[in-house]
Amino acid sequence: MALDRFFRRRRPQQQAGSDMPDLWTQCPACKESVYNRDLEANLWVCPKCNHHIRLEAGRRVEVLLDEGSFVQLSGRVHPTDPLNFQDTEAYSDRLVRAQKKTGRPDAILTGTGSILGLPVTLAVMDFAFSGGSMGSVVGEEISRAAEHAAQIGTPFVLVAASGGARMQESALSLMQMAKTTVALEGLTARGLPYVSILTDPTTGGVTASFATIADVIMAEPGALIGFAGPRVIQQTIRQSLPEGFQRAEFLLEHGMIDDVVDRRNHRNFLAGLLGVLTRRAPDALPTQQSPEQSSEQSAEAPA
Amino acid sequence: MTTPPTDLKATLLKLEARVHDLEVTARETGQNLDAAIHPLRAEVERLRTAPVPAANAPMTRWERVQLARAPGRPTAHDYTERLVTDFTELHGDRNFADDHALIGGPGRWQGRPVMLLMQQKGRDTKSRVRRRFGMSNPEGYRKAMRLMDLADKFGLPVVCLIDTPGAYPGIEAEERGQAWAIAESIQRMVRLRVPAVCAVIGEGGSGGALAIGVGNRVLIQENAWYSVISPESCAAILWRDSAQAPKAAEALKLTAPDLLELGIVEEVIPEPVGGAHLDLDAAAAALGEAVGRHLDELGKLNEQELKAQRAARFRALGAFTES
Ligand SMILES: [Zn+2]
Repeated sequence: MALDRFFRRRRPQQQAGSDMPDLWTQCPACKESVYNRDLEANLWVCPKCNHHIRLEAGRRVEVLLDEGSFVQLSGRVHPTDPLNFQDTEAYSDRLVRAQKKTGRPDAILTGTGSILGLPVTLAVMDFAFSGGSMGSVVGEEISRAAEHAAQIGTPFVLVAASGGARMQESALSLMQMAKTTVALEGLTARGLPYVSILTDPTTGGVTASFATIADVIMAEPGALIGFAGPRVIQQTIRQSLPEGFQRAEFLLEHGMIDDVVDRRNHRNFLAGLLGVLTRRAPDALPTQQSPEQSSEQSAEAPA
Repeated sequence: MTTPPTDLKATLLKLEARVHDLEVTARETGQNLDAAIHPLRAEVERLRTAPVPAANAPMTRWERVQLARAPGRPTAHDYTERLVTDFTELHGDRNFADDHALIGGPGRWQGRPVMLLMQQKGRDTKSRVRRRFGMSNPEGYRKAMRLMDLADKFGLPVVCLIDTPGAYPGIEAEERGQAWAIAESIQRMVRLRVPAVCAVIGEGGSGGALAIGVGNRVLIQENAWYSVISPESCAAILWRDSAQAPKAAEALKLTAPDLLELGIVEEVIPEPVGGAHLDLDAAAAALGEAVGRHLDELGKLNEQELKAQRAARFRALGAFTES
């Protein structure tokens, strides 16, 4: 699986949404320093270079849902250490550390809410928790959220951000790929839309299961999306990788995703799309976007 | 492993010759065959240095991993030659190519009409290169889905023989949607209206194995492994040293008895003492009997029951607590 890249070379990038004692953040792409209040107003998209800074799960919910509409579903399911996994550090210790850092039991946040008045069930993976890796809890919470959506009759929206399946739960993590796929069947049976939003990074077993069997697949500009990690591929073929390889724009070009959508346009994109698919009208019509916020433009913006 | 001392030297010579052979092929074709060479080299080292264990000494997890990959390990073809009649291999995904690492078609499993899907590593250097050591491109999974459509149409139970280090990690595989192909194949299996019995016969490497592993029953041979990641890759990430693979193999609990305990598989299929390669006919007989028995049991269920049983089986997998 494609975890290596993230474990080895985790960028010294500040996670948006964590406690921010500083007044400004350095953009990891263009290295410009930007005031946090400007970044926040711009949904953590760099105003200088359009780089989409990784979002902590809670902040992602704020970006997507109508203010005050979120009702959390996840949080009662907690990870265990079924294999008593020990590498240079015990898995149980790694879990405690990630839980303290993020304030969540595991790398997933789910709930219900609305987008421009349209009810949705939402699942957001949290890259800040152990690289968003998928173990039993992530699989279970995503499955429950998808089943909840089918039960109450809302579309299901999932935001992927993950290095892949979690090694420390071995085959149990692998089985979450099949489990989540089973849980998504209820949406198909009830004719409810499932939209996934692939963000930086989405790789390994997450890409090879629930994230890519959505009815509509969106991706954030510049997001790394693939099955094998770039380093693994490079080691196998011993050639340098093509420019833009495995980036959202590359996948759009190869026909693998429906569109690359600027984060500042996600709510309007989803409201327009889900409104048509469910034959409902959003509260407010999507507002006119400025040219640099249209999906076509963002697809051409530098990653 | 239980190589008798008298055979040790012969085995070593054979292995060394094979390593050399692969290295020459790698040089001449420019292909990176490290995936095949490294385990062989490790095995040569192990045989050279390790004291020969007693014939019935318990194997470590790492020893089992090496046995599952050993050059003499029977491949899917070795079994189907003994168990399947009237096999018609059907080629291609009707879209881009024919994948040689994942093959299939209709045949009779000890007399029972089935749709066979199997990962095939190849039996000599040339066929191993052609079959990419059992590592499929997306076309392999898309062909599998096409054959599952046929299985549903003709009411043929699906039998999957799993033996892959993983899906192929290449530029073209990514361009053509490796992840998409695996995800869709998993979904296609969830939706099968016919029985599906899967057996891991060597390596069950990650998503590339699970893509044809969503069965009503999942079986594993005694010395096969099935894991979210190979021990080498796991060691490279967590220990930052792929030489720690033996430790990673222990931690991953990837052997047949481990998987039975975790509820990942229904049954461990016994192998002849020392491994399937030492008595191919006996190994095939045990595999044939186990798969056949599960096919017969599942034959009593109707379409809805089969789908519901398969869904419930996978929906229940995972370990967590609830507050
Ligand atoms: Zn920037």
